Amino acid sequence: MALTVLAIVRIRNLFAVVMLGSIYSLLAAAMFVVLDAVDVAFTEASVGAGISTVLALGTLALTTDREKKPIHTKLVPLCVVILTGAALIYGTLDLAPFGAADAPVHKHVAPTYLTEAQEKTTVPNVVTAVLASYRGYDTLGEVTVIFTAGIGVILLLGNWRRERQPGDDQNA
Amino acid sequence: MRSYLVLRVVSKLLMPFILLFALYVQFHGDYGPGGGFQAGVIFASAFILYALIFGVKDAGAVLPRGILRFGIAMGVLLYAGVGVFNLLVGGNFLDYNVMAKDPSHGQHLGIWLVELGVGLTVASVMVTIFFTFAGHRDRPQE
Repeated sequence: MALTVLAIVRIRNLFAVVMLGSIYSLLAAAMFVVLDAVDVAFTEASVGAGISTVLALGTLALTTDREKKPIHTKLVPLCVVILTGAALIYGTLDLAPFGAADAPVHKHVAPTYLTEAQEKTTVPNVVTAVLASYRGYDTLGEVTVIFTAGIGVILLLGNWRRERQPGDDQNA
Repeated sequence: MRSYLVLRVVSKLLMPFILLFALYVQFHGDYGPGGGFQAGVIFASAFILYALIFGVKDAGAVLPRGILRFGIAMGVLLYAGVGVFNLLVGGNFLDYNVMAKDPSHGQHLGIWLVELGVGLTVASVMVTIFFTFAGHRDRPQE
């Protein structure tokens, strides 16, 4: 995965970058499978490696597949990246060790979900039970986000304007 | 794209299986990995494959824009409608227990409907985004 990222940074051909991004998503999906998060891996493989790649390729077809040479100095972005990276690494120092059973994330609501979800919802897949039932509001929000994205694309790129009368454009 | 015989035949062969797999992921989400989001994306990918091979115009004939826009709105409406229905029959918003006589049946029904809404919206939005991106170039300059 680190190799793919380095290649993405170095290569200027955006077509290759999109393909490498897809490979990165596939590797991430494999990593999720190893970590037993099958639902997340499924999503990563279908959305990250599949649809995103196709959409990025569609965007490249609309624009260009060569990255432009940077015109500004690279110093400021480098400082921002180093600072953010340092902050993130500092943040990981407080995290519980990997796989620790007494990590706070396993103490809060997860045990309730795992023990109660079966009998309360009788849905065998706990992930689905949590996603659609316990966290129904969140999922509704997510669907609304996707809805908004679709409407936005239709409004920005769709040819809805042609469906109106020719004289309407001056008034709008 | 008219001349790539192998691509056309293989994609035609694959289409029903991709759609079937999407439906399996959609309706088997209770029991195995998957659910509305993944199923919607897989369902959309079948039509995107069709559009890649046969052109956006032909794919648009299979799935007209009106149906897609209807699907985008319908999915969200179905999801929120389940919540409002629960309110009307005396429960909390998105509390599926009251949807059937038995709470567990209610949960199953509610999750099934909600996932259907998610899948509908996701599939329609994905296909719409691809169609608009790919069809943008064919549009005559104004």
